[in-house]
Formats: sequence, C-alpha cells, structure tokens
Amino acid sequence: MRDVRDALMVARNTDGKLVRRPLSPHIQIHRWPVSMALSILHRASGVALGIGTLLLTWFLVAAATSDDAFARVQWFLGSPIGILCLLGWAAALVFHTLSGLRHLYMDTGRGFEPDEYNMTGWAVVVGTGVLTLLLWIAGWMVR
Amino acid sequence: MSDTRNAPNPDMLRSPLSRARGLGSARAGSTHWWAQRMTAMALVPLTLWFIFSALRGLIGASREEIVVWLSAPVPLVLMLALILATFHHLHLGLQVVIEDYVHDHARKLAAVLVMKAACVLLALACAVSVLRLGL
Repeated sequence: MRDVRDALMVARNTDGKLVRRPLSPHIQIHRWPVSMALSILHRASGVALGIGTLLLTWFLVAAATSDDAFARVQWFLGSPIGILCLLGWAAALVFHTLSGLRHLYMDTGRGFEPDEYNMTGWAVVVGTGVLTLLLWIAGWMVR
Repeated sequence: MSDTRNAPNPDMLRSPLSRARGLGSARAGSTHWWAQRMTAMALVPLTLWFIFSALRGLIGASREEIVVWLSAPVPLVLMLALILATFHHLHLGLQVVIEDYVHDHARKLAAVLVMKAACVLLALACAVSVLRLGL
C-alpha cells in the first residue's frame, strides 16, 4: 500500500476474497465538478427550506392569534438570529429555485452534454449570488 | 442505419403483467416523481409572487395590514395555493431524503410517517391561520 488512496481500492469479490480494484464513487479523492456540489446543495437547501417553513408557520399562526404572539415573532425576526435566518432562507430559496429550474430543464432530457452541463451549473452559482444579493438589498431597503 | 429490431430490449425481461401495471421495480410508478415536478412548476410563479408581495409591504407589516392584504381574494387564494404546493413538495422531497439515509426498515417507516404527519399539521396550521386572517 503506497498511499491512502490504496486503502480505498480494497473490496471483496463475489467469493468474499479481498481484491484490489477501483471502487466508486471516490468522493474523498475526486475533484468536485460543479454539478456534484450543486446536487448535494440542492438537497441541503431543500431541507433548510423545510426548516424555514417552521418560521413561516410561526409567523402566520402568530398573526392569526393575538397582538402579543405577533409581537413575539416580530421581535424574533428583528433580532440578529432572526435576521440571519431570513438571509439564509432567502439564499436557500433563490438557490433551490434556480437549481430546481435546471433540474426541470434536464428532466426534458436536455442539457447533459458536459459543456452545457457545466455551463448551466455555473449559471446557477452566479445567478444565486447575484439574485440573493439583490434580494437582501431590496429587503433591507423596504424593512 | 443500425438494425434496432435485434437490439436487446429491456422490456423483454419484464412480464406482460408488469408492463401493463407500469409500476416499475419500486412498485410505485411515476406518481411520486411526477407530483414532485408538478408542485415544483407551480412553486416557481407562486414563490416569485410571494417574494414580490413580501417586498411590497409584508416585511414590517402590522397585523391589521396583513388582514387587509389577505382580505382580497387573489392574495388569499394564492397564499393557500403556495401553502399547499410548498408542503406537498416538501413532504415528497423529505421522504426521498429519509429513504436514502435511514436504512433500518422500521425506523425508515417511522421517520417517514412522523415527517408526513408534521407536514400535514403545519400545512393545516398555515391554511387555517391564513383563512382566519382573510375571511
């Protein structure tokens, strides 16, 4: 065994004997193409937005309940942690939407050639950065 | 021109009954997949509308202002549609996440059921709140 990568080459064949051969996927040693990062980030941002629905539910239920309850949720959303939640929620929403549109496009069977695959992937990254920043600025201006 | 008549056909390995049912190896067909895409397509305009509404006055609004906003039929209907599409899309997505990462059968079933119950309750809480404010 020459280096750590060899440790990842140890597998068992169908007889149960140890053999050396490449296994897949070698997530630890692979360069991460943009599509790989987008794939897991799409799932992560989806789960984050799921947690964000708790905030939306709290807001709506509090608004429908009483002035005191509404004051509490407004206080939380105005606190540093609340603002951080809203900024993160906006970023996750923009990313998940853009990445989701890319997925819908690929669901039509198009966009799988490496050049286009990478181009649309980077477009999602750049688009998320720009639109999230615009959304943050717009939200700050109307607050 | 390649002759496709003699090419291996995956359908040859399936029974006619299996093909007629059209449910595939996961025995669920494309229902889940398609519902996820339909709600995704619905959520694109609904989300844009919600962000637009939030920027146009929802941020920092008082309870009275929210009541006025939801008293108009269009915001109330779109808000209900947003809630339904969001939680439907959410439970479908979280189900796949749980199924991918929880391997023990009993735990997987329990986690999916608890998650779905939570999604239904949260969706109802949101919908009832919006109706209470708007009606």
